[in-house]
Amino acid sequence: MRLPLRNLECLWGEEKLIKIVKRDQPSRAIFFLTPILAIFLTLVAGGLIFYILGFKPFEALKFFFIVPIADNYGLSELLLKATPLCLIAIGLSFCFKSNNWNIGAEGQLTFGAIVSGGVALLFYDQEGFYILPIVILAGAIGGMLYASIPAILKTYFNTNEILVSLMLVYVSKLILDYLVVGPWSNPEGFNFPETRQFSDSARLPLLFEGLRIHAGIYLALAAVVISWFIFYKTFLGFQMKVSGFSLKTAKYAGYKGKKMIILVFLISGACAGLAGVGEITGPIGQLHREVSPDYGFTAIIVAFLGRLHPVGIIFASLVVAITYLGAETAQIFMQIPKYTGQVFQGMILFFLLASDYLLFFKFKFIGSKK
Amino acid sequence: MIIDINFVGLIITSIMASAVPLILASCGELITERSGVLNLGVEGMMIIGAISGFALMTVTGSLFIAVFGAMLAGVLISTIFAFLTQTLITNHVATGLALTIFGIGISAMIGKNFVGIPGKEFPVLFNSLKDSIPFLSPILFGHSIVFYFAFALPFFTNYFLKKTKIGLIVRAVGDSPESASNQGINVRLVRYACILYGGAMCGLAGAYLSMIYTPQWIENMTGGRGWIALALVVFSTWNPIKILIGAMIFGGLTIIQFHMQAMGVRIPVQFLTALPYIVTIVVLVVISRDSRKIRLSTPSSLGKSFYKDN
Repeated sequence: MRLPLRNLECLWGEEKLIKIVKRDQPSRAIFFLTPILAIFLTLVAGGLIFYILGFKPFEALKFFFIVPIADNYGLSELLLKATPLCLIAIGLSFCFKSNNWNIGAEGQLTFGAIVSGGVALLFYDQEGFYILPIVILAGAIGGMLYASIPAILKTYFNTNEILVSLMLVYVSKLILDYLVVGPWSNPEGFNFPETRQFSDSARLPLLFEGLRIHAGIYLALAAVVISWFIFYKTFLGFQMKVSGFSLKTAKYAGYKGKKMIILVFLISGACAGLAGVGEITGPIGQLHREVSPDYGFTAIIVAFLGRLHPVGIIFASLVVAITYLGAETAQIFMQIPKYTGQVFQGMILFFLLASDYLLFFKFKFIGSKK
Repeated sequence: MIIDINFVGLIITSIMASAVPLILASCGELITERSGVLNLGVEGMMIIGAISGFALMTVTGSLFIAVFGAMLAGVLISTIFAFLTQTLITNHVATGLALTIFGIGISAMIGKNFVGIPGKEFPVLFNSLKDSIPFLSPILFGHSIVFYFAFALPFFTNYFLKKTKIGLIVRAVGDSPESASNQGINVRLVRYACILYGGAMCGLAGAYLSMIYTPQWIENMTGGRGWIALALVVFSTWNPIKILIGAMIFGGLTIIQFHMQAMGVRIPVQFLTALPYIVTIVVLVVISRDSRKIRLSTPSSLGKSFYKDN
């Protein structure tokens, strides 16, 4: 074929001709290498942005990506941020693999936090081993309930799940706002928009004294293992894969499409809900307005960067978690606005998608024109 | 109860004013979608337009430069999307999401130095006629040029799509890129143009928000309007005239919410704020339930990459 980037020929002069050729099959090695390329390109572009803003690029990148994780506290914070990202992204990978665009994980996280927070508040003056499991379960159910709305509307009313799941994010945040300002606000809290503190029995145990990393990380790891098993060892995983490649084929094979759509939404809702539980019963310990710094949206990037593969998602969640920490550090030490984190996240996804081109096409040296 | 007719006129005017950004963004996105491209980055392009317009106005002092600069910024950022989806054949949904995340980040980064700066007054047209006719004149007169442009746009868009040759080409590309390509139409070029046009309109919508509607810069000031604009395109079943109706309904919801708060209606304010989002969902359900109608009016290749192998 002729290359879409026709001008490229000029780059090599007239004598040599380089063509872009479609690969017969997407390259598997490149499939897992492009995320690394994307991260590299993001760093280069990030350095460039820092330079334009008037900072020394290498120093800025160091403050952004190395300083925040240079000590134990930093590493604990990294895992703390990576845990919800990983958990949500695992859930989302179920949806994305099967061609369901659930982009409202932020809402499912918030609703999971609301339901589990409500249950935790019921037990606020009690202690007991049974409290934490109930609270965790409530969060998962909350997330599932909320994810079932776009799923049911999609399957039975043909409604676009992208828009519905996204609108529900705004709604969930407003519900949370209403609850923490109004009926659930702490009666002894001087009208601050927050609930009572949960009892110690409703809190996830800390892994190390003095660090904030908590047992929620086990939930994320369990999700990784379970999802790996489902993806690669079960019929459901196979069905999802087929539906992802071609809905027509899936229909032809007689798969129950509707059931699967609802199932993948419920799974991803449960994961997002659990991430919400992890936040409020881990580092936060109560409900307030901001239970999540957009983990639900960032996890979309994590899922793609991890190539919708459970192990890939672990690495991706660590990489993307650094952008959260880096943004905070850079703000404190260099007065770089904290939104640089989001800029980096957007760039990673741009570069990742762009480098996917290498998956399907290769540059081929044709030889001398003379 | 006596209803002051001028007061009703004012309410209608405010509803129209809040509908303007939705109309602009939706009409832009409609053209993009009609060419078969689903650009979910509306929110990102709008917020970029909002900060660019406001920043240029503050720095240069020229409203002309600011408005066109905002449109240019929309074009520039949508070029990223166009390059990725058309030249590098990436997934439309994922690329659009990246555009939104990136846009919100960049806008907040640029906007850091513009928080708390008061905006400039935007000139209005026909101001002298404002008191001439009761009820009608506040609706008709004394608005910015962007306002009039927005209300004319759906009709122009409709004419463009239905009556002009280029409009026909855009629709052909969206409905059947293969046939269009076989007819010698450069599908990629048409889609590039439609994406950039969508970017310009979203940039203008953002500029309207930060320069005219609430003349100041607030982080995330688009507040989900970009997503509602996307929903409006579905609501309109890809018909520009119906965008006008949809945008008025959503503008109305925003305004009613303010008035209900002012009248002291005992509904928690969060529920009123959530109303536009909930209504969007309900409306989407009602519209989409008839799957045949949706199938017939959706551009057939919407969201699908086109790649010509030669």
